[in-house]
Order: sequence, then structure tokens, then C-alpha cells
Amino acid sequence: MTLDSRIPTGPLADKWDEHRFSMKLVNPANKRKFEIIVVGTGLAGASAAATFGELGYRVKVITFHDTPRRAHSIAAQGGINAAKNYQNDGDSIRRLFYDTIKGGDYRAREANVYRLAQVSVNIIDQCVAQGVPFAREYGGLLENRSFGGAQVSRTFYARGQTGQQLLLGAYQAMARQIALGNVELINRTEMLELVVKDGRAAGIVCRDLITGEVFSLSAHAVVLATGGYANVFFLSTNAKNSNATAAWRATRQGAYFANPCYTQIHPTCIPTSGDFQSKLTLMSESLRNDGRIWVPARPGDNRPAADIPESEREYYLEKRYPTFGNLVPRDVASRNAKKQVDAGRGVGVRKNGVYLDFADPIGRLGRKVIEERYGNLFQMYERITGEDPYTVPMRIYPASHYAMGGLWVDYNLMSNVPGLFVLGEANFSDHGANRLGASALMQGLADGYFVIPYTIGAYLAPQLNESPVSTDDPAFSAAEAGVNDRVKALLSAKGTKSADYFHRELGKVLWDDCGMARNEAGLTRALSNIKAIREEFHKDVRVLGEGNSFNQSLEKAGRVADFLEFAELLCTDARNRNESCGAHFREEYQTEDGEARRDDENYAYVAAWEWQGAGNAPTLHKEDLVFENVQFATRSYK
Amino acid sequence: MPENIHLKLEIWRQAGTDLPGQFVTYDVPDVSPEMSFLEVLDVVNERLNAEGKEPIAFDHDCREGICGSCGVMINGQAHGPERGTATCQLHMRKFNDGDTLTVEPWRAAAFPIIKDLSVDRSPLDRIVEAGGYVTVATGSAPDANLIPVPKPVADTAMDAAACIGCGACVAACPNGAAQLFTSAKLQHLNLLPQGQAERWDRTIAMVGKMEEFFGSCTNHGECQEACPKEISIDFIALLNRDYVRAQMKQRRLVGQKFP
Repeated sequence: MTLDSRIPTGPLADKWDEHRFSMKLVNPANKRKFEIIVVGTGLAGASAAATFGELGYRVKVITFHDTPRRAHSIAAQGGINAAKNYQNDGDSIRRLFYDTIKGGDYRAREANVYRLAQVSVNIIDQCVAQGVPFAREYGGLLENRSFGGAQVSRTFYARGQTGQQLLLGAYQAMARQIALGNVELINRTEMLELVVKDGRAAGIVCRDLITGEVFSLSAHAVVLATGGYANVFFLSTNAKNSNATAAWRATRQGAYFANPCYTQIHPTCIPTSGDFQSKLTLMSESLRNDGRIWVPARPGDNRPAADIPESEREYYLEKRYPTFGNLVPRDVASRNAKKQVDAGRGVGVRKNGVYLDFADPIGRLGRKVIEERYGNLFQMYERITGEDPYTVPMRIYPASHYAMGGLWVDYNLMSNVPGLFVLGEANFSDHGANRLGASALMQGLADGYFVIPYTIGAYLAPQLNESPVSTDDPAFSAAEAGVNDRVKALLSAKGTKSADYFHRELGKVLWDDCGMARNEAGLTRALSNIKAIREEFHKDVRVLGEGNSFNQSLEKAGRVADFLEFAELLCTDARNRNESCGAHFREEYQTEDGEARRDDENYAYVAAWEWQGAGNAPTLHKEDLVFENVQFATRSYK
Repeated sequence: MPENIHLKLEIWRQAGTDLPGQFVTYDVPDVSPEMSFLEVLDVVNERLNAEGKEPIAFDHDCREGICGSCGVMINGQAHGPERGTATCQLHMRKFNDGDTLTVEPWRAAAFPIIKDLSVDRSPLDRIVEAGGYVTVATGSAPDANLIPVPKPVADTAMDAAACIGCGACVAACPNGAAQLFTSAKLQHLNLLPQGQAERWDRTIAMVGKMEEFFGSCTNHGECQEACPKEISIDFIALLNRDYVRAQMKQRRLVGQKFP
């Protein structure tokens, strides 16, 4: 099968406009004849479901949470980018496009990214009209701040809770459609299989998490908005229940998984404090606007921060990257923090962090201004560490945070399985090898509000007056039987260790050998370790309780089982990509001063992997990336 | 590193909604003060699993105090003793060696227990569905800066919008009322210029839906004390004001024989 990205022809700036004109439409009276399943209720899923409902489609939306508002988009702190140029500081659609392509280290599709920059301005309009309480100037107009990888202020924010407010906006728009009967909400329900019939996505198999009932839903199209897989590392900034199951089930049914090795490690998280650690907490990147990052110049320096004089501090980012300073992109900031800690300059009891210091800005602007900008973040830090960041510098260290990779989709956000659409973090499309801060919220809402509502129509239009496949069809019964068998297998392994135990083991393997720096030997070792853990898991996992009731251990075990398969693909992709680009840093491929060395000659492609069954090597399909509007350049933030 | 503390946990166990429940005592001799409360439950669950006993069910997700999934009563206090802190952000350095902690689910008529510490809070969604939104179909919005919002108004709306929907206010209320939750959503929208067109209908609809499920507010103020986002009961006063005004408006509209 060849990958057709379906990128429209014509000049970059006209592609989306032309495409919208050329796509088939479904007339308003016919929209109610189509059923759509949306899986996930984060920014992408909720905004898509709300918009489908408004357009008149019949929508079923499922979430494993008790309410849609819990989706992990809620935890995004810093902000959302948009090319509004309200600050008159030189921003434009073209500049947002360029920054995103460059920030992604030339591994994203030009056409998708340009469209993203174009619709970014509509997102802000939409959210403000919904009542999202963005930060304001005294004149009542919107305020902006700057973020990593950009030299303009284009980030809109609502204190440190931007994701929460944007999600509530989308959730409330969806709630209106639920009340109107256009959208049916199915909560506390998990998708456990994709059903493909005659080469098309026909529906899904779910498990009601309260009753344990396994049942099917069918529709004309299935939309996955199920987030990313950063939790494969066990310790990550993702919510505990974020998982790759929906995406992985789709992969097993023939959808291609693209660029899994592009995993973002976020530079500003609170370091671990013990073996009991269950997750890591992000401190918004926006802190890097004012905070200064440093370590003691002398390795092993045990003095408290306040006792270390300026001359004995190493402000390594400001020194090495004078142009961007503390605002270098995430991958660069993360790798440099690792270097300092590896060199013995780590701070804190466990020597596992670097300082993010606010003494300077507090002196310059006063404590009140800093409190207004970051108050809730400082409070969160204080709760977790017991230290007051107004007086003692924060300690930070990188942690797994976001997945740029995801299911392969074309320009219409449709996977290679017709009828299966993938939105937001779950797809691979817009961030290349590294995502810039405040761009995840932008992409989730762009996909849900302004892209899929158009492109799904073009897929549905030719199916007018066709019914969805019946859930009595053998394809559904077979899929249900498969789900029931897997549930039974987990419950009957009756081993000795919890699913969490295996998840932790997997996380350690990945963090060591497929984390911030990777090499061929390490990845080969990881592949064999993962296989061993997986085999042990299926023999020795202990899942207590029943399948026909609320059973969180069972939910967890199913997700870990899928992570254990997915992790192999992650390492396979990382081993295949013999270059360093963005978040994917291969130690063999670096410049003399330790910066990433890309290989545009051989690796300017999207790696889309086709599953070939357990134990078989996946097949690689390449989508060449063509750059007509930007020139390859070595990313430099110096 | 700070020394570990020894805790005794009395935790509510209940196998299902209509089944009887009881407290079960768990001895945890090695709690690190650096742990979060939920990490202690993780440790207990790991041990239960190893002993072949079913782990304790509890809702949780982001563990950053923002998703609103978690929440238990700790010694009779919703989200425990620390002000403005969700259960997941409560760290064990707030407790002393030798403490006994009683851990229960939210108790409210509107929140049936699903299992152990997990409850069904979906009536809160029904309140939002009744009118907790601005009607603005995707694509129909004007330019964002066409709607100036004075900074103090935006800030107050944000204070209200910070609600995480955890249900602690309901659990803390002796009447099981949801006034704080409802007023927070209502005033987030009613204070903003964008929310004016539907202000009165929204108020009537949300309050009406709230009363279908929840008890009445008698101004105890426990909700504000329990709220992990420290949302003020002033918003309840604003809700009451808007509700009275909305009823007057509605009468006038009925008098005008609107359809």
C-alpha cells in the first residue's frame, strides 16, 4: 500500500481554501442521516463532537472518565499559540508556520502546519466567544506572553490553567449538544477494539467500566481523539489513566503508526523524590520567561543555593544560547539539563535537578507581579516539595511529557483505514520531531473545531442513505469475542505481580535506553528487555477481582499489555532513524559541540509502521517530506 | 531525607452501589513524608494485591489537582486538612507519626457509591448541560478583541471558572447542596459580556436542574472551606441575586406573550 497524504496542489497559502471548495458537502437536511463515534473528550474530541452536533450529525462520544471534563487536556498550563499579531511584534501566519516547522526540526508536513497556523486565529475568536477567561490588559483586550522557540509574544493564556479553561469551553459546547440530543455521552466506558469491515472502519468494541459489559457501537465513521502515549515511560507528566490502547488497537487492525520515536521530554518538571513516585508534575514552560536556569559550577557543591555566589554559578543556557537563552525549545533545554546532572552538577538531596531561579525577576518586578503571573504554579510546587519558590530556587528536571508521533493521517486527518479519523495528540501530523510550547492546545482545537468538521463531510457524502454496518455482523461478534478473551486471559493469569510492577519495569527500560539520548546498542538491548518483560507479564501478572464489575486493576492491566507491545515499535522506530532530529537524539549522530545532526538526505520522511502480528517485524512505509516553502537549515538557537 | 512515619488508615470498603460497606483498618508503617496521599493508597494497594486481596477502588487521574477526579473524606474533611488542596496534592508531611486517618468516599444522596471510595458525580454534568454554556456555534464568533472585558471582570470570572468539578462542596455540605459548584459555573458566564444574552434563562435552568438532584443551601459555608480551588461563597450570593432577577425577567417576558 502506498501512502497518499492527499495534500492539495497549488500555492501553500491557498491549499486549504482550495481544498474546502473542492470537497463534497453533505446538505444540512442529510447530516442527521450520518452517525459518528468520537472516542475521547479532550480538546480535540470534545470540540469535534460539539461541532458535529451543531452541524446536525448524530454523534456518540465515549470517555473512560466519569465526566468529559476530566480529559488530560485539562492539565495543560501555559497557553495556546495563535498568529493574531495583537502585540504588533512581527507575528504572522507565515511566521507561526515557519517557527513550527523549524521547531519540529523539518520533520512535519508543510501543508498541515500552514493550515494549523491559518486556523489558529479562529480558535482564539471561538474560545473568547464561549467565555474562556483569557488574561486581559487593563483596557480589556487580550494579553499575550512568549514561549519557547519563538521570538514573538503569541501565546494566549488563562493564568496557569489554559488547558482547563479551553477544555471547559469545548466541554460546555458539547454539553449543549448533549442536552439537545445531538450528542450521546457514554461515560466510564473504554474502547478496546476497532472494528474494520470491508476495509473500512465500521465501529468499535467497548467495555462499560462499571458493569464490565462488553458491547459494540457502529457508525459511518470513527474519530479517535485519545491523546498520546507518554505514559509508556510509566513516570511522565501525563495523567495516570492516559494510555495508548485505542491507538494501539487501531494499529493492530491495520492503521499505520507514524514516528513513534518522537517523544517529547519536557525540561521543567519536579524531580522524583522516591521509589513510590507515581507520576511527575510539570511546571509550565512559561516559567522560563522569567526564571533563570543554573547549576553550581563545581560538581558536588552541596551549599544551599543562596550561599553560592554569582561567580560560582553556571547559567548554562544563557551562556551557550545567547539569542534564545532560557527560552530554547524543549528538546534543547532537556538535553542540556541532563548533561549538567550527568556531570555531577545536579542539585537537591538526590542530585537530580537543576535550579530555576526567580530571585532576579522578583527583585526587578516585585513579588506581586511574579505572584500574578505564576501564583498557582508556585503554590503547586510548594505543596509537592515543601519548599517556597519565592525564597528558594525551584528544582526542575526533564520528564516524558508529550508524543509527537501518533497514528498516520492524511491531510484530511483520515488514517490509511478509510473511515478512521485521528485528531489531536493521537495523530502524528503537525509537530514533526518536536512540539513547541503552547502548540498542543492549538492543534487539538484546530483539528476538532476547524478541520475535521469539513473533511469528514467529504468522506461521508458518498455514503448517503447507506446504513452503518449492524453490530450483529460477524465482524463485530469476532471483535467482541477477542476482547472477552483478553479480559479473561488477564484475570486467569493468576501470577504474583501487579500490572504496575511491569509498567515500572518497562518505564525504566525506556527511560534508560530510549529517553533523552539513544544509541543503537541501547535500543537493541531495550528491544530484548521489553520482549522479556512482556512474556513475564502474561505469565506472572496478578489481576484480582472480576471482569463483570468495576475493576481498576483490570483496566490498568489491559493498558499495560498494550504499552508492552507498543514499546517495541517505539524502539524499532528509534533504531531505524539513524539521525538526530528534534526530540529524537541519537548519540552517534551529533556535531562536535554536542548538537543534533540531522540527515535530510536519507531521513526526511515520515516513518509509518504497519503491524505484522506479535513477534514479527513491522513493515516500514515512508512518506517523503517535501519542502517547497522553507529551506532545510540547521536549527540554531545560539 | 526526612524520616518515615507510621500511619493507621481506616478505609471504607464497599463492593458495589447497593451492597453494605464497612471500615477496614490498614497499618502502614513506612510512609515517606514526600509521598502524596494517593501514593500512600498506591502502596497499600500494591500490598493488598501481593496478599491476594482486592485493591481499594478510588478515582484519580492527573494527580496535579486540576482534573477533579480524586477526592475522599479524610478524618471527616473533604480532601483532608490542608486548605485549598485536592487529595492528590495533599502530601504526607502534613501528618504526624502515629496518626490514625479515617478515609471515606464523598457522602451525598446525589452521589451514589460505585465501589469503595469511588462515587458517581454525573448530576454535576446535568447541571452544566442545563445551561452552563454560551450558545456560539463553531465558526460564528467575531474577532476576539471585539469583545473587551475589563480586567477585574475577567479576573473574577476566572476565579469562578477555576472550579474543577470534584464535588467536595457537596460532600462537605450538611445538606448535600451543590450551590457552590452551580454558582461558580453560573457566575463565570453571567459576569462576562459574552454570557449576557442567555443570563436569565441560564440561571433559571441551572438552578432548576440543581434542585432536582441536590439539597438546599442554608449558608453553612462548609463548601468554601472544603473547596480545593478556594472558590468564594460570594458566588452563591451572586447566584441568589441573579435567580431573583431572573424570575422577575421571566414574569415580564410571560406578560409580553413571548412564544
